[in-house]
Amino acid sequence: MNKAKKMMPKWFYQMASPKGCYQITDKLLPWFTLSALCFLSVGAVWGLLFAPQDYQQGNSFRIIYIHVPSALLAQSIYITMALAGGVGIIWKMKVADMVAYACAPIGASMTFVALLTGAIWGKPTWGSWWVWDARLTSMLILLFLYFGVMALYSSMEKPEIAAKAAAILGLVGLVNIPIIKYSVDWWNTLHQPATFTLTEKPAMPVEMWLPLLVMVLGYYCFFASSLMVRLRNEILRREKRASWVKQLVAKV
Amino acid sequence: MQFESLMSFFQMDGHGLYVWLSYVITLVVLALNFVMPRRAQKKLLISLQKRILRENSDK
Repeated sequence: MNKAKKMMPKWFYQMASPKGCYQITDKLLPWFTLSALCFLSVGAVWGLLFAPQDYQQGNSFRIIYIHVPSALLAQSIYITMALAGGVGIIWKMKVADMVAYACAPIGASMTFVALLTGAIWGKPTWGSWWVWDARLTSMLILLFLYFGVMALYSSMEKPEIAAKAAAILGLVGLVNIPIIKYSVDWWNTLHQPATFTLTEKPAMPVEMWLPLLVMVLGYYCFFASSLMVRLRNEILRREKRASWVKQLVAKV
Repeated sequence: MQFESLMSFFQMDGHGLYVWLSYVITLVVLALNFVMPRRAQKKLLISLQKRILRENSDK
């Protein structure tokens, strides 16, 4: 046990205890909230006012600055949720369970935004709000997976059992993530291929993708900030009998 | 700046409705994500405080 303890840096063990996690997120939260606000407002103004029009899609292309980051985040949050749930099952780590729980509503809302902005973008571009295309269908499945996880949490009384059930559904649902990612390559689809890839240069000019990058950063900071607020609520709720929570509540 | 006037900025060459609708929906969802857990936190703290008061009076 002692040997295992030395494997990870100190902050890891602090984060793993509800009290330590509550204290660390208290310090991190304002920074992430502030950066989210800055990045998102700069990115939105840049994308709406200064980025050039697309030569084919005209101004409707500006939806990319909210559609792509939402879709990216929807999948990243899902992976975070599934992995946190897995860690919670394997190592019985309470904080990991709570992270998974806090991820679900944020992820569901991002998937919702991605689907809706995609539909709105599809109308002027493809002439239709919705098509049963591989990318769109797999994103819809992602939304239902989030709903399933949330339903499991709210239907079960004991948080430990709910966490286990939700984590298993989350892990099984992970197969959907590569399907979303490669749907545009595997099937004939209307949806355009990825804007950003790690290996190639973006196909669009710098004036177009730089604001997108800013928005993506803003969305990730927003997720971090949102996750921390929800996580802290959940820590207080589940640890309400702990003496540190009682002291903290008495002080407020 | 890509637009000459405020009107052309709102209209976006006929795509204004689509662009603004998506941005408004996104803004609303992000704002809800910001506000709702903070409200929940306030409620939670109040209920925890009441709980402590109850426990203390029981003793």
